[in-house]
Amino acid sequence: MIAEAGLAALWLAAALSLLQLFLGIAALRPGGEGLLRAVRPVAVAQGVLAALAFLILIWLFLRTDLSVELVAANSHSAKPWLYKFAGSWGNHEGSMLLWVTVLAVAGGAVALFERKLRQDTLIATLAAQALIGLGFYAFLLFASNPFTRLFPVPVEGNGLNPLLQDPGLAFHPPTLYFGYVGISIAFSFAVGALVTRDVGPAFARAMRPWILAAWIFLTLGIVAGSYWAYYELGWGGWWFWDPVENASLMPWLAATALLHSVTVLATRDGLRAWTVMLAVVAFSMSMIGTFLVRSGILTSVHAFAVDPQRGAFILALLILYIGGAMALFGLRVGTVKEGSRFDLVSREGSLVANNLLLSVILGIVFVGTLYPLGVEAVTGEKLSVGPPYFNTAAGPVALILVALMGAGPLLRWRSDRPSALVTRMSVPVLLSAASLLALIVLAPGIGIFPLLGLSLAPGVAAASVAPLWKRNLRRTPLFTWGMVVAHLGIAVSMAGMASESAFTKETLVAASPGQTMHVGPFNVRFDSVEPVAGPNWTAIEARLTARRGEGTPFELRPQARMFSSPSTPTSEAAISTVFDGQLYVAIGEEDQQGRWQIRLWWKPAVTLIWFGGILVALGGFLSLIGRVFRERRSAAAKEVAAGADMPAKEVLV
Amino acid sequence: MKRLILWVPLAVFVVFVGFVAIGLYAPAERTVPSALIGQTVPDFDLAPAIAGRPGLSSVSLRGNGPRVVNIFASWCIPCRAEAPQLEELARRGVPIDGIAVRDRPQDLAAFLATYGDPFRTIGADNDRRVQLELGSAGVPETFVIDANGVIRHQHIGAINPQDVPAIVAAWEAAR
Repeated sequence: MIAEAGLAALWLAAALSLLQLFLGIAALRPGGEGLLRAVRPVAVAQGVLAALAFLILIWLFLRTDLSVELVAANSHSAKPWLYKFAGSWGNHEGSMLLWVTVLAVAGGAVALFERKLRQDTLIATLAAQALIGLGFYAFLLFASNPFTRLFPVPVEGNGLNPLLQDPGLAFHPPTLYFGYVGISIAFSFAVGALVTRDVGPAFARAMRPWILAAWIFLTLGIVAGSYWAYYELGWGGWWFWDPVENASLMPWLAATALLHSVTVLATRDGLRAWTVMLAVVAFSMSMIGTFLVRSGILTSVHAFAVDPQRGAFILALLILYIGGAMALFGLRVGTVKEGSRFDLVSREGSLVANNLLLSVILGIVFVGTLYPLGVEAVTGEKLSVGPPYFNTAAGPVALILVALMGAGPLLRWRSDRPSALVTRMSVPVLLSAASLLALIVLAPGIGIFPLLGLSLAPGVAAASVAPLWKRNLRRTPLFTWGMVVAHLGIAVSMAGMASESAFTKETLVAASPGQTMHVGPFNVRFDSVEPVAGPNWTAIEARLTARRGEGTPFELRPQARMFSSPSTPTSEAAISTVFDGQLYVAIGEEDQQGRWQIRLWWKPAVTLIWFGGILVALGGFLSLIGRVFRERRSAAAKEVAAGADMPAKEVLV
Repeated sequence: MKRLILWVPLAVFVVFVGFVAIGLYAPAERTVPSALIGQTVPDFDLAPAIAGRPGLSSVSLRGNGPRVVNIFASWCIPCRAEAPQLEELARRGVPIDGIAVRDRPQDLAAFLATYGDPFRTIGADNDRRVQLELGSAGVPETFVIDANGVIRHQHIGAINPQDVPAIVAAWEAAR
């Protein structure tokens, strides 16, 4: 019965999204004003029902209800509860249900909380959100039903891929999806504003908190995914330019550009058409990413079977939504009036440069990810694009972007003197030049990208905090703090990336217990090997003692695990974080002479990569709080003022 | 002119849809040979994938008699299916060198312990660079290389029992 309730909730949510769409269209037609009030509650109800369907799926997984096909295929009764819980989205159908749930809940949240947007634009936005939802409900119900029953009921389930049996699964996909699918709000806002011809500063101010919220989640999701891949997949890398990773990076690049262009639109009423286009592109990248991952079209070379049915279904949705939005853009945006003009050397100018460079990186990643498909379509040749292309093509652009990021916030709006910028940038430039010299002298022979990254980082970090210089810190607006923290985070993260690629030390040895190994500044003694057991696995655990010079020794316990369901070996690396980096140890098999394969990495400053990423998200969060708080306060002030000397009509607006 | 620019995003998207639709419905036959067949293997030097055993370099492939190079990974399911055929090749006297793609020594050792170890040497290709340079797009793939280091034959995908004679024949022809 529970599974049927979930299916019913899903059907009802789909029906409500259809109702939401038609109500929205009817309300926007002449004479339909009476229906305006009905749209919001329908959107909220749709969000609640979709969330209910998703909760029911989680419940089925927690109970290990094996009469449900999805549970039987992906779960097992002996699995720890956390992985039963998180396993509900560790598969195709469950993750698509999470996708649709986020879409519906985001629409519901807009219906509940959005008060600044013009009424008709809001209704058009909700109708657009309902239209997107409708297609993906159809995809779930007709091509990926998570609630299908299985008969006869199996005695035990197949279990979850042990690579996914990690706390990372509980955190990474939901966070990523909140950002990835949450950015649909920006898409719907853009479509709504195009329909009602309402592209302007008020629209931008209303859209900004929603973009910020989605962008924070997206940032956190990518950071979490990167760290998860780093310790669980253990090739010692933190980014692989894999199509699936690129699928999450592309919306982030577009959303980051959007976040900056929407500021120009909100503050100076510039970049109208461009901002609308970016809002469409950001979520289009999410949908294209979903398509690339779910259709298996890119990872399918030999190892996976392609499911062209599902792929074709999502492709049809892409044509409908992205094609539709871009056609609407072509038709309508010409009627949007030009925004205000500005000088090249100005805050606006630097934000335009930011947008162009982010778009170039987005283009590089997009082309690199899809190039194999394009080549195959034209010549039939099969090839794949790897890190050499991405690093060489995107690296220099990213470095220029980061350097400009330091200068941008130090420029005035509308127009500024280049000489003033030179004065303000003198300290950061000197810092970077000094670091460059120091690196060339002290660490000769490191690659050009790490070298530039490491020397840029201190200068950019200094420039990032420069907007706080000589300001009363308590009266500085929270969103200025947000910008400072986020930009500082980028500098910190870049320092980590550059340090990791310049200074990592690696050794692979066959060692017997009692032997001592060396990696970087550490001496590591291999003490013993012990068998250990967990709830659904057994393992061989190595005990090692690491010591840096004469410092305090500490223990490391890497494991070679064997999971019982399904029976799969995995490796659990032992990672020890010290103040200036990480010591990473993995253990392999025993050979005939009783020696064990041990791989050791010393990665100086590697943690800065993710710490910087968290700072970036924190900056976004401060900014969001600052914006919401300020809008509230100014709205309250306006109401007081309006109540005092304006007729009631003004208050209603 | 300005109005035309507004349609550029849509045009780019249409091109994307075209490529993707072709990719989605392309014939299942995807065995397109490497562009390097008939040419010398590119220069590379891979570190050992397993401690205490030799790695693989282009130098060791030249002037050492004809051999088979198998590109595989412990995480690759078809590689498990082709393992018995590699054992069969080794039994027939074909020397096999391995390139382990994006693998970890401990997983690799477990893989070799479970599915057999016909490899003379195994190089670790952690960033897939050598795999791409050889013109291989996926795992598993198998190359027959003659005594001068020239690629003579490429087999894409898992080696099935019926593929073994063709690979042995290519190896004998390369002598």
